[in-house]
Amino acid sequence: MGDAASVGLLEKKYSRRSFIKGVIAAGATASSTGYLMGGPTALGAQSMPGATERLITLNINGQDRRVDILPNETLAMTLRYRLNMTGTKLGCDRAECGACTVLIDGVNHYGCSMLTHQVRGRAVTTIEGLENPDTGELSIVQQAVLEEGGFQCAFCAPGFIMSMEAMIRVNPNPTREEAKMALSGNLCRCADYDKILTCAMRAAELARSV
Amino acid sequence: MADKLIGTDIAPPDLVAKITGRARYAEDFRPDGMVFAKLLLSPMPHCRVRGVDVSRALAMDGVIDILRAEEVPSREGPRESCLTDEPHYEGEPVLAVAAITEEIAAAAIEAIDIDFEPLPFVLDPLDSLRPGGPTAYNDGNYFARLPDAESGDPSVFQDFKWTEADFVEVDAGRMPSEAASTRSWEKGEVDAAFAAADLVLEEAIVHQSVTHHPMEPRTNMAYWENGKLYAHVSTQSAQVTKGALAGAIGIDADDVVMIAEYCGGGFGSKIAGSTVMQIPALFSRKINRPVMLRITRYEENYVGRARPGFQAWVKMAFRNDGKCTGVDLFIVEEGGAYGSGDNNTAGNIADLIYTPQNMRFRSVSMYTNTPPKAAQRGPGGAQIVSMLEPVLAKAGRELGIDNLQMRLINAPRSDATMGPRNGRFTSVHAIEALEQGAELFDWAGKMELSGRREGSKVTGIGVGLSPYTAGSIGYDGLMVIRPDGKLYVHQGIGNLGTHSISDTARPAAEILGLNWDQVEIVWGDSRLGQPRSSIQAGSQTTHAHTRANHAAGMDAARKIRAIAAQTMGGSPGDYVLDNGRVFRRGTSGMALAQIAERAIQMGGEYDGHELPGDIHAQTRPAAEMLAGEGLMGVAKDNYGRSGSTYSFVAGFAMVELDHETGVVAIKEFVAVTDCGTVIHPRSLAAQVFGGCIQGMGMAMTQRWVFDPQYGVSFANRLYTARPPGFLDIPEDMKWGAVGIADPQTPVGAKGIGEPPVGAGAAALTTAVADAMGGICLCRTPLTPDIILAELEGRVPAFGRLDQHVG
Repeated sequence: MGDAASVGLLEKKYSRRSFIKGVIAAGATASSTGYLMGGPTALGAQSMPGATERLITLNINGQDRRVDILPNETLAMTLRYRLNMTGTKLGCDRAECGACTVLIDGVNHYGCSMLTHQVRGRAVTTIEGLENPDTGELSIVQQAVLEEGGFQCAFCAPGFIMSMEAMIRVNPNPTREEAKMALSGNLCRCADYDKILTCAMRAAELARSV
Repeated sequence: MADKLIGTDIAPPDLVAKITGRARYAEDFRPDGMVFAKLLLSPMPHCRVRGVDVSRALAMDGVIDILRAEEVPSREGPRESCLTDEPHYEGEPVLAVAAITEEIAAAAIEAIDIDFEPLPFVLDPLDSLRPGGPTAYNDGNYFARLPDAESGDPSVFQDFKWTEADFVEVDAGRMPSEAASTRSWEKGEVDAAFAAADLVLEEAIVHQSVTHHPMEPRTNMAYWENGKLYAHVSTQSAQVTKGALAGAIGIDADDVVMIAEYCGGGFGSKIAGSTVMQIPALFSRKINRPVMLRITRYEENYVGRARPGFQAWVKMAFRNDGKCTGVDLFIVEEGGAYGSGDNNTAGNIADLIYTPQNMRFRSVSMYTNTPPKAAQRGPGGAQIVSMLEPVLAKAGRELGIDNLQMRLINAPRSDATMGPRNGRFTSVHAIEALEQGAELFDWAGKMELSGRREGSKVTGIGVGLSPYTAGSIGYDGLMVIRPDGKLYVHQGIGNLGTHSISDTARPAAEILGLNWDQVEIVWGDSRLGQPRSSIQAGSQTTHAHTRANHAAGMDAARKIRAIAAQTMGGSPGDYVLDNGRVFRRGTSGMALAQIAERAIQMGGEYDGHELPGDIHAQTRPAAEMLAGEGLMGVAKDNYGRSGSTYSFVAGFAMVELDHETGVVAIKEFVAVTDCGTVIHPRSLAAQVFGGCIQGMGMAMTQRWVFDPQYGVSFANRLYTARPPGFLDIPEDMKWGAVGIADPQTPVGAKGIGEPPVGAGAAALTTAVADAMGGICLCRTPLTPDIILAELEGRVPAFGRLDQHVG
């Protein structure tokens, strides 16, 4: 995959316009607090005046999950605060860091910039869904990261690993430059980039040998 | 010591949790009944709350309560409280609202009617020094006894000002070299050195402030049970943080249960991080429910700390042979709302890396109405090294001496001394680091490319040397070999991502002849027993806790041998520890599991019922709790030391500067460190590269930009204050380590966290100067507009001493 192709793919995946259009379609009003989540429904709260929770079904890690969500709720918030799947991290809430990266139909997306109602009927994969559900075996990417001792504080790790998962599906034989491009939507403040790249290359190598 | 474990790559034991999403950071806990707090942040850099009406907010469905400044501990003077009615920086927390959802809490914040009285503010420390200029506090800008005053109350504010004549100089872009300072020292014969010099260079320096921005914002959650505070926090340290939080809210440290298994980065901003932690702790006590205070990235920009910027002036004297013989350095520091002391370290480090023998240092640190400053990796050192190394290169250019030679000629040797007290060092191998790096980088080959122009791109080559303190002493180690045969190393240090949480346990395992799978690291929960530990900052941990765990491991080995001799005959000295067993040559001996059982039967010192007299009072309760669980190793690090422990990193960079766009691309980078014995090569590489890249971010990609009219931050998110990403890093990176053991610590290892930052930054600033034909910009950030203005001879947007704001 050349640079131009991957940039094009990036735009397609992370279009801010589609996010904003999604909010409008969902009938939410723009507000400074619009990105926040509603609380656990167990608390019985109507989160915001005028905003009605709606029960929807999501397909997450191969399972159907029924969950009450607000129209303006982001996927990252639903995962973390409704479904208690806290492996997906929030580093910025605004599509700047990639810590919340998940796969939607196999493509990496920022969970903070995807409305939950937009992923109905689509397959969502999170960091919790990578291990083999029967054997508990780590995914190829996770094995590669473990072998190479990847990450330091590792707050960015789930997001990077999801981007690596997406990368090896699209391009299982990347050059280091291509791998950098594929992972450039994720930030690591420890700047462990060299080792992360080594992990990504090892993951691709393992993927090719399967 | 055998070296099965020292110098090998072993993945830290928490890595599987980290890569499966099972690792729980502070925001990942959900106790029953948990509610959410949101903060009302000051919209102005300095103001006072004139009136608050919270009735509309409190009437909202789901709002529980409000926490105000008068309910939290506060102290007089420029000292930070977790909430305040007189904020001294934009974004300072004023009050907090708790509600059953975070969204309701945020809506309630919007429904609070609050009236702020704007007060004068200052962003630029030079403005505060100007006669009649604004001050960050209502009563002055200086909170200590004035340096030349015989008397005066050190606990009240005073005004510290320069003269009108000084500002004639400032306004002409020159730091007034005779202006008053609040800190100064001098060594050698400075004036004589300058009079005798063959070359004197003089530069104005502006180094921006830089926000830390760890990936994990400082989110914290707390609740109370049976009078005890349960705090789930984001902190670099652990045992020390518990005490800091307890002290801050005025309770006994024994009444805090601290859970801090993971920390998503801190870089100095979360050494304790106890300011923001107080809010959920105090709020949950008030409303008797668990409180989650989720800090957003935007909030982190304000409450998350920053490295202080410098406006400075330097004069350096050189002999014709390239030796620096004099340094005169004057630093004005942007101290933020609550002050900073980076300037002091900067002065010492300038003395260390140029070994001038004759040095004058003066500084002023001024309070400013900007976010609070804190140590950021290599505090003081990183700023000054990245600003002065291009000056050294410029001197070499004028004297016709290669920059690497300049670096070597002026680098400290093992007899180096530093600062006004001429402090000495345990080991210095800067020369070896420079030479090894030069070879790895192919310095001679690269210098042939210096100044090469291809199209609009010009190649620049740079080298920088960065030292930093790398180890403290005197802490305690605590470990137990249980009847399952495993060694449980109890760590009071935090798990901040450096892997020191497990790497510092290796010496004990090695002494005890254990394989790594027979070692369990116990960390992250204060109930599990934590010995007195250092803070996880200033590159102390590797040094301090390889020593402490070495001492405790030796204590355990002594006890094992004593039990073995008593049980199996012979003298303790006959016994060898290997592969989980203790034995005399030619016999099978006993498994350590059996020894642990024997220790429990024997009691006394063997299982921790009797403890050494010199361990810290804070270690004692943990050891008492673990007594009887197995064979205990517990000891204070009494190994001693003469001199300071310092590590060094030499950084080498090749850049391409586009003279049409002002954009810098880092093509190649090499770093070689002198940090003593290498314990964990792969993790060391990550520390070295990571620190160097952070330094490049500090010098080039990050921004500290304020609106000068309203005093509010423009660069308050990651995209505006951008840390380096994959596309910003050097295309090719190599590293190395000198690997010479420090003779004054039993494992030989020194710390590494701090010095890479200055090395990455200095190699970059020097290479950029080289690509500009030797022009020292002596300022950060190295933005295209500033570079182009210089290259094209235009009037720059900023004067020589102007901060990069607005």
